[in-house]
Amino acid sequence: MRSVPTLLDIEGLAAWYGEAQILFDLSFTVGRGEAVALVGRNGAGKSTTMKALMGLVRRRARRMAFAGRDIAALPTHEVARLGIGYVPEDRRIFTDLTVAENLDLGRRPGAASLWTDAAIFELFPHLAGLRARAGGSMSGGEQQMLAVARSLVGNPELLILDEPSEGVAPIIVEQMIGALLRLKASGMSFLISEQNSLLCEAICNRAYVMEQGEMRWQGGIDALPAGSDSVGLFTKLK
Amino acid sequence: MSLDSLLFQAVNGLASASGLFLVAAGLSIIFGVTRIVNMAHGSFYMLGLYLAVTLAPALSPWIGGAAGFWGGILVATLAVALLGALVEMVLLRRLYRAPELYQLLATFALLLVISDAVLFLWGPEDILGPRAPGLSGAVDLLGRRLPQYDLFLALAGPAVLLGLHLLLRRTRFGRLIRAATQDREMVAALGINEALLFTAVFALGAGVAGLGGALQMAREPANLAIDLSVLGDAFVVVVVGGMGSISGAYLAAVLVAEVKALCTALGVVDIAGYAFNMSRLTLVAEFLVMALVLILRPHGLFGRPQPPATTRARAEPAPAPLGRRGAVLVLVAVALFAAVPLIGQFFAYAPVLALDMVIAALFAASLHFIMGPGGMASFGHAAYFGLGAYGAAFAATRLGAPTPLAFAMGIGTAAMGATLFGWFCVRLEGVYFAMLTLAFAQIVWSIVYQWEEVTGGSNGMFGVWPQAPFDEPAGLYLAALAVTLAGLFLIRRVVFAPFGFALRAGRDSSLRAEASGIPVARVRWLAFALAGTLCGAAGALFAFAKGSISPEAISVGRSIDGLVMVLLGGVQSLMGPVLGAGGFTLLQDMVMRETDYWRALLGAVILAVVLLFPSGIAGGLRRAGNAR
Repeated sequence: MRSVPTLLDIEGLAAWYGEAQILFDLSFTVGRGEAVALVGRNGAGKSTTMKALMGLVRRRARRMAFAGRDIAALPTHEVARLGIGYVPEDRRIFTDLTVAENLDLGRRPGAASLWTDAAIFELFPHLAGLRARAGGSMSGGEQQMLAVARSLVGNPELLILDEPSEGVAPIIVEQMIGALLRLKASGMSFLISEQNSLLCEAICNRAYVMEQGEMRWQGGIDALPAGSDSVGLFTKLK
Repeated sequence: MSLDSLLFQAVNGLASASGLFLVAAGLSIIFGVTRIVNMAHGSFYMLGLYLAVTLAPALSPWIGGAAGFWGGILVATLAVALLGALVEMVLLRRLYRAPELYQLLATFALLLVISDAVLFLWGPEDILGPRAPGLSGAVDLLGRRLPQYDLFLALAGPAVLLGLHLLLRRTRFGRLIRAATQDREMVAALGINEALLFTAVFALGAGVAGLGGALQMAREPANLAIDLSVLGDAFVVVVVGGMGSISGAYLAAVLVAEVKALCTALGVVDIAGYAFNMSRLTLVAEFLVMALVLILRPHGLFGRPQPPATTRARAEPAPAPLGRRGAVLVLVAVALFAAVPLIGQFFAYAPVLALDMVIAALFAASLHFIMGPGGMASFGHAAYFGLGAYGAAFAATRLGAPTPLAFAMGIGTAAMGATLFGWFCVRLEGVYFAMLTLAFAQIVWSIVYQWEEVTGGSNGMFGVWPQAPFDEPAGLYLAALAVTLAGLFLIRRVVFAPFGFALRAGRDSSLRAEASGIPVARVRWLAFALAGTLCGAAGALFAFAKGSISPEAISVGRSIDGLVMVLLGGVQSLMGPVLGAGGFTLLQDMVMRETDYWRALLGAVILAVVLLFPSGIAGGLRRAGNAR
């Protein structure tokens, strides 16, 4: 494969909601500085894969390694502290807290962060004017920026973005793509799940296609037929 | 009544409100982050008070009177906070993923254990604390002398409110609490150690309650009944103020305390020629305040609507038909129980014990009906047991009604109570329902306790003996057996009738049930009233079986006994509570009479059941059967 060193190495991942098994024997990797797309329709298991990485659902795997460390048995907060930033599907901004307070929660007390307020507001200039705004009274796009920013201040090496363009105005999606490309250029790695492939095509190197909790296809992002959504894609694969 | 006596009572009310507020605020903060309603919160208050009345005199010789007094309060507060942290780490951590009911029961078990620990350490006598050095005098205000310490306490409540507000708004710990109240998972995903946060929050809540208790040392003696009375009041305050709102808790505490103070200040009032002693009506007033607020604002003054539970996390097993083997087993059991009087001449005690078991079975089965198919775990089911018992006792002794009529009047009293209280309770879900039912039961208990002319007050009523043919042990026993079997049959029929399906549909998803045209609130209300009525029948039988009745029949302890019986047996089948009631009655009879510390023992049993058998005895048997 590629010459990039592996950052995230997952082999034989299974996950459950209560008694119901959602993921079956998933294997995938993310290299350092690489952006990888998880593609698949609703209910394919993309979000669950990301929650399983973070330890938010019951999971088991033959190998779950991040930067050489085994994360299979770690509680959520330790996975995060190793350097995985998680931006969940519905963003999950703390609605009662202001933008500044939301950012503050992402910081690790006592640990220096590359991501000072100045650096954050340089990446997302729009947020600078909203510092005192309550998280609950922001638009979907603004919340999405804040969610990414909130993860960044924890100094992650890998950003997990679950449907980052869902419910976000197209103009904001373009701004988001710009910001993510800058992050990638500075060496950030990504795992991104998307139904709309515009953002993925702009950022990702490779893609995995999921269906019913299993990996069905993997390859370079260029091999994904241009402009097709995941539903169309999968029908073509069949 | 004069203006200055009103002022006096108003200050007194504000002083009480401060203590109440501290307990309610701690309860609210803990619930916000951990989603656990801590039934042992009144115990933390009680411990704070006991520790303070012990520590203050002990410290005074060393560091001086004033420093000893305030130092005692400080040390007591910190000790309770530390205990809170310990409780969280040892017990609650195992329960965060357990069903709500188990969390409530486990913390109630903690209440029992703490209660007996206090009895063991401090003894049964009330203990008076020292007066506050420098604040033991009075202030002249409008020609009336107001105790300085009451004024101090009246200011302490708002001061703590301000302190908590600043903590929540201005510190990282406060921001973490607010964030975790909304979304615990996301807080963890940002790299914050949830376990540590929960321990800290529990310690904070416990410490605030301990402070509330310690501050009362110059005002009220430390006694063993405080834990439950404070818990009941705190539940009323939290329900009125709105769960999760600190300011709401303060406002509600002031409202409740002031209404009580006003009743006391009014004293005896002439209304339409009748003299009413208003000071006797403080508890009714508390109920009326709560009822009014809940009618106007169902989520409390500052509360937010709870998001409707769309689906339950776990699928409940459907009640199964009996089957041929089951029917044979039931018939054999009935025949065995009917034959008990025959061995009465050899074992005189057998019919007495069997009668207790039969009554307990009806009590537990009626609770099971709203808990299992209804999904409503009542923490105040003893209210209807007590209403049935007192109704029957009153009719039999004071009105001289014949036994069957007195029995019917007992049931009628319970039915009216359940219909009235049920209207309010069924509007709430989960822990809110549990809190409100417990608060109602506390109110019924207090009314019975205070209304001496009718109920005999703390002594209760005596000479409630049934007439022939029920005056013979066998006659009463067989009648009780018949009533209980009829009750069980009725419950079973209702569960398998369309009404039972509607009830279960409302339990599993109230939104979908509503959308299918089921009036969920009305179905629940009817079920609640039916359960209360059957429970009243058990209570009326109890009054005749014992020949006397006391407020103990309505105590929270009895409500919890019922919950333990149902859980022992398993929530989702009618056999469960019947088996559980039998087992519990035997256990109580054999073990708990032997020791002064039966509460701690019961607490240990509850903790064992909750931690070891999450689906009860019957559920455990079924699982074992399936595994084979």
